[in-house]
Amino acid sequence: MTDVADVSDVLAPPVPGTGVEEAPDLHLPAPGGHGPEDGHVAGHGHEDHGPTGILKWLTSTDHKVIGLSYMITSLVMFYFAGIMALFIRLQLTSPHSSLLTFGQYNELFTMHGSLMLYLFAGPFAFGGLANYVVPLQIGAPDMAFPRLNALSYWLYLTGSITMMLGFLVAGGAASFGWVAYAPLSNATSSPGIGGDVWIMALVLTGFSAIFTGVNLVATIFYLRAPGMTMFRMPVFTWNMLVTGILILIAFPVLTSGLVMLFCDRHFGTHIFTVTGCHLVNGAVTNTCGSPLLWQNLFWFFGHPEVYILALPFFGIVTEILPVFSRKPVFGYKGMVFATMAIAALSTGVWAHHMFTTGAVLLPFFSFLSLLIAVPTGIKFFNWIGTMWHGQLIFNTPMLFCIGFLLAFLMGGVTGIMLASPPIDFATHDTYFVVAHFHQVLFGTAVFAGFAGLYYWYPKMFGRMLDDKLGKWHFWLMFIGFWLTFMPQYVVGLLGMPRRVASYPSNLGWQSYNVLSTIGAFIIAFSFAILLWNLWKSWRKPVPAGDNPWDAHTLEWFTTSPPPHHNYTHLPPIRSERPTWDYNHPDAVAVPHGIAAETASRARKKEPVA
Amino acid sequence: MRVEATILLFLGVFFGIVGIVYWFWSYEDAGTAMLVGTCTLGFLPGSYYFFWHRRMGQRVEDREDASIAEGAGDINSFPSSSIWPFVMGMGAFVTLISLVFGIWLIFPGISLIITALVGVTAESRRGGHI
Repeated sequence: MTDVADVSDVLAPPVPGTGVEEAPDLHLPAPGGHGPEDGHVAGHGHEDHGPTGILKWLTSTDHKVIGLSYMITSLVMFYFAGIMALFIRLQLTSPHSSLLTFGQYNELFTMHGSLMLYLFAGPFAFGGLANYVVPLQIGAPDMAFPRLNALSYWLYLTGSITMMLGFLVAGGAASFGWVAYAPLSNATSSPGIGGDVWIMALVLTGFSAIFTGVNLVATIFYLRAPGMTMFRMPVFTWNMLVTGILILIAFPVLTSGLVMLFCDRHFGTHIFTVTGCHLVNGAVTNTCGSPLLWQNLFWFFGHPEVYILALPFFGIVTEILPVFSRKPVFGYKGMVFATMAIAALSTGVWAHHMFTTGAVLLPFFSFLSLLIAVPTGIKFFNWIGTMWHGQLIFNTPMLFCIGFLLAFLMGGVTGIMLASPPIDFATHDTYFVVAHFHQVLFGTAVFAGFAGLYYWYPKMFGRMLDDKLGKWHFWLMFIGFWLTFMPQYVVGLLGMPRRVASYPSNLGWQSYNVLSTIGAFIIAFSFAILLWNLWKSWRKPVPAGDNPWDAHTLEWFTTSPPPHHNYTHLPPIRSERPTWDYNHPDAVAVPHGIAAETASRARKKEPVA
Repeated sequence: MRVEATILLFLGVFFGIVGIVYWFWSYEDAGTAMLVGTCTLGFLPGSYYFFWHRRMGQRVEDREDASIAEGAGDINSFPSSSIWPFVMGMGAFVTLISLVFGIWLIFPGISLIITALVGVTAESRRGGHI
């Protein structure tokens, strides 16, 4: 029997709600009971008579169950990778530490990077949050291809397990860095099956990402509710659409590159090696393999990947700032076009990671890289514009967003420095680059990612996270973050190279490394507080209601957690914030792009000049 | 579907221009090939969407004044549960690690994939509910 979502019952009831105070029915799952997969509303008419227990999870095609599975798996990977980072930091606390062997150190930094980038930051955003939130935000009953969505998750989970298997095989895990540069990653330089396991893990997660990208684009193009035009979609959904397209551009290149690398390792091909080339007058011909080809392929994936890891988090911030500033987002269309511009430019800048190879077109890549600062600057301007003259509420999600703004600003400014070839030549492969990279990605994936977690958790589970503990988490993480990464800029400028397990003791590097290690442990402690917070909300649930933040977008219109197929009824969609319009029918409409002061006067009902 | 088509066509035009500039400035093969591929990725689905936009006109989700009631009716078939994605995932997992741990694993791997393909096809024909 086909389970068809019928929208004949989606007419909005005529009585307008009034926001937080009169939030209607609360559907709180029983304590210790089930997650949102059981969020059925009695009488909804779509009761699921399918399997129960573990089989229910294995067979579920509900985007909410899959989204939560993605999030939980990626958070587990985040904690694993964080523990690896602590070992790395401990090793570097003293110049000639014997905590880890050089081989173990190489394995740890490779796996730390691989887990964080491939298995946490991306899947948490486009597999977890996007899967859960995008169909809700556009008023869809599910993703466009539910079974493909489930397959994506199983490929991601098995890919993650395969990656972790590396620690159990003879010879240890992959140890050639998360970028797997040829010829270091070939069978001669990195023998053993750790590298092969790493490649297969990324092939699995690569296909998972591609399928998710297809699903996101198809869902957003085809399953929007009536009236939800493209330019009424929440900015988070816009960013996920652009991310989906970027995934389709970038991931096939990585996956095919990995297959070629595997062939080089095992089937005797010489795609990324110069071995076996014919020499013509002492020089290799241009028909033979090239290690540089790997860098071209990898970074054609790798740089869009940075934005695949950033754009979803920009979207999260753009959702949260207006809600906690009590204003619509400032410059909605500017945000959308800036997102598209960042994505388009990011695909043309891959070789700025390869400046020092001496084999790339410096002015082209430098110019396009610097150009990305313009749309990113527009986004910053609009984020500040959103908060300007707003009635700011400093709840945990808002604090994390402000933390993101500061962290990403610092990472972004040093990014502009690195886009300039002379500076890049001086700082390439030093801790300066490590600090830049971590400030960008910690700013996005961690600050903004956990802002999203605190923000949408009440929707996912129908219960609140403790705001006080959340603030402790934020402030400790914020202090730890700056303490960890600012000294790395300095020690990088002093010349400390990245990916070293020991360093000379007479160059003054140790004190900076000690500071960095202390910072890393403060961050780790802050994440223990998050676990405590999750535990507390599980044991002593505080009901959230449907719309605890008096938020704007459609997902806050339905119950928390949402029922099967998400909506029993929908409000009329007449702007990009339909839930707000419905809950505040007498509020002064503030159109896009209106100047902040005019909006402020309008709210106070003062005459507008 | 005009906006959707425009986004993808813009992608094609942008990477077409960038690809041409890049080729005549650098004469580098790998990057040019990938930029041309990206350009095609924009034009191929973009022109398909544009074709359907011309044929279908505006859908309810493209109209600013559409009411929720106008979207009434069946949206799509959404299977509530299906074991086949899990079976296929396990099949892909076993097949891929067979290349690392022993090629004999490819037989159970491919068997799982074929079983899942048959299962998912039969399930779709039946209507998507196991």
